[in-house]
Amino acid sequence: MRVDVNAFLGAYPWRKVPGTSPEALLKALDRVEVDEAWVTHLPSLFWRDPTEGNQWLVETARRETRLKPVPVIHPGLAQWEQVLADAANAGAPAVRCDPLYLGLDATGDEMRVLAAACGAAKVPLMLAVRLEDGRQRHPNDAVPELPAAAVRALLRSDADVRLLVTHADRAFIEEVHFGSTPAEASRIWWDICWIWGPPEDHLATLLETVGMDRFVFGTGQPLRLPENSVAKLDLLDLPADRRAAIESTNVKQGLLA
Amino acid sequence: MLVDVHAHFYHDRAPRADWRERNASRLAAGDMIGITAHVASILGSWGRTSPIYFPSPPDVTYGNDALLALQRTHPDRVRGYVCVNPNYTAHARAEIARCLAAGMIGIKLAASRRADDPLLDPVCALAREHHVPVLQHIWQHRRRDWPGQEASDVVELCTLARRHPEVAFILAHIGGGGDWLHSLHAVRDVPNVYVDLSGSGVDGGMLEGCVEAAGVSRLLWGTDLTMDTGWAKLRYLETVLNKDEMALVRWKNAVRIFPPGAFPAD
Repeated sequence: MRVDVNAFLGAYPWRKVPGTSPEALLKALDRVEVDEAWVTHLPSLFWRDPTEGNQWLVETARRETRLKPVPVIHPGLAQWEQVLADAANAGAPAVRCDPLYLGLDATGDEMRVLAAACGAAKVPLMLAVRLEDGRQRHPNDAVPELPAAAVRALLRSDADVRLLVTHADRAFIEEVHFGSTPAEASRIWWDICWIWGPPEDHLATLLETVGMDRFVFGTGQPLRLPENSVAKLDLLDLPADRRAAIESTNVKQGLLA
Repeated sequence: MLVDVHAHFYHDRAPRADWRERNASRLAAGDMIGITAHVASILGSWGRTSPIYFPSPPDVTYGNDALLALQRTHPDRVRGYVCVNPNYTAHARAEIARCLAAGMIGIKLAASRRADDPLLDPVCALAREHHVPVLQHIWQHRRRDWPGQEASDVVELCTLARRHPEVAFILAHIGGGGDWLHSLHAVRDVPNVYVDLSGSGVDGGMLEGCVEAAGVSRLLWGTDLTMDTGWAKLRYLETVLNKDEMALVRWKNAVRIFPPGAFPAD
């Protein structure tokens, strides 16, 4: 089984991206043999009220059972607690909040309260370090990348919160992991989409130093080709059980346990 | 057959202690991907004794010698671009003559001088004379100067290409950072500029853009520093191009622009 924890539906405001409809995403899942994808409504990350895309997302996921909704929460808007409750009731495997896209302080009170609420609700909180390579972004796309310090602060802010961080590279992951206590680090999972494979040893090294149990399969599709994350694993030539851990077991028995 | 037109290797005077492992890793990954030929360059001392993109003449020579040694060690798999710094014209021309005579098959220009600078003309004259392509490092849409390199924009490369219509130029790493869409608009009507698909970027829509702008007859497959992204792009292209088109991207376009006999089975 292969679970993609990092996928999107809907148009991207800064450039034309093909394959953003549910039908196209399902075809892409077939192409790269992904059984289940956690999806966020991409346009709403850029809306003043990002939760307005959640209903469509949940309804779409209800029709297409391979898609699992990851609704967006804006902890600066009134009634956000209800959005979290609705997400849990809808069976969302996680919720997401990318504070810098929402104009929030990444280590501010809103994020800390949200982290605590997610911890209490036992719903993982997903954040992206970036969505695109900083060198290619639209001149008006000035949202900063999520700092590693913010992730460390969120981990420390609540003893129960579990984080799923996507689009992080080796240096970012190492900074957070080794800047956290083992107990803190046991509450964070990383998707592999932005970690370099051969000839560099970034992914292979992280699996040894940070730990196999901390990594999950994610692609960032359709902004990125999902073939990339599959190719990374193919080049590692892992034993079947270790590959399965990344592709699904760490999600099912770790992040969602 | 599969030709990687944008590979790199390291040597004992590079700053990396793991240079042997990285070279071995590239060859091993290449075996898994099915790469027939790694067409590679070494950029001087990789920053140890002169800047990566402004290598000194002694570092250029040392790097080229190391690559020639690799080519001799792996005659079935490794081919070389002779790397030069065009600010040292006499040295650059001598290196090109020496390394092509020793079996290298192309010229690598990194970021020591803008691509449209007249100092590149003597280099291109030798490329034409020896029928070898020029791989030019490009910053896709350079909006400002970046530290450590005098990076070229594709518009400057196209200016050079128009001055030397008989030379094949390879626009380096379309996925290597920067606005690839800007580059693709610029190469559309410059037939002697080929698009190298390498780079860490695997943006959805980028490959469709490359096919649309340059056509499959001007696309070259490559990896640069990340082979997983190269393999991903190859796999994706296999789902959108037919077998004949894939053959062009995998190797036939490369065979056309590199010297005859450059690859084992061409």
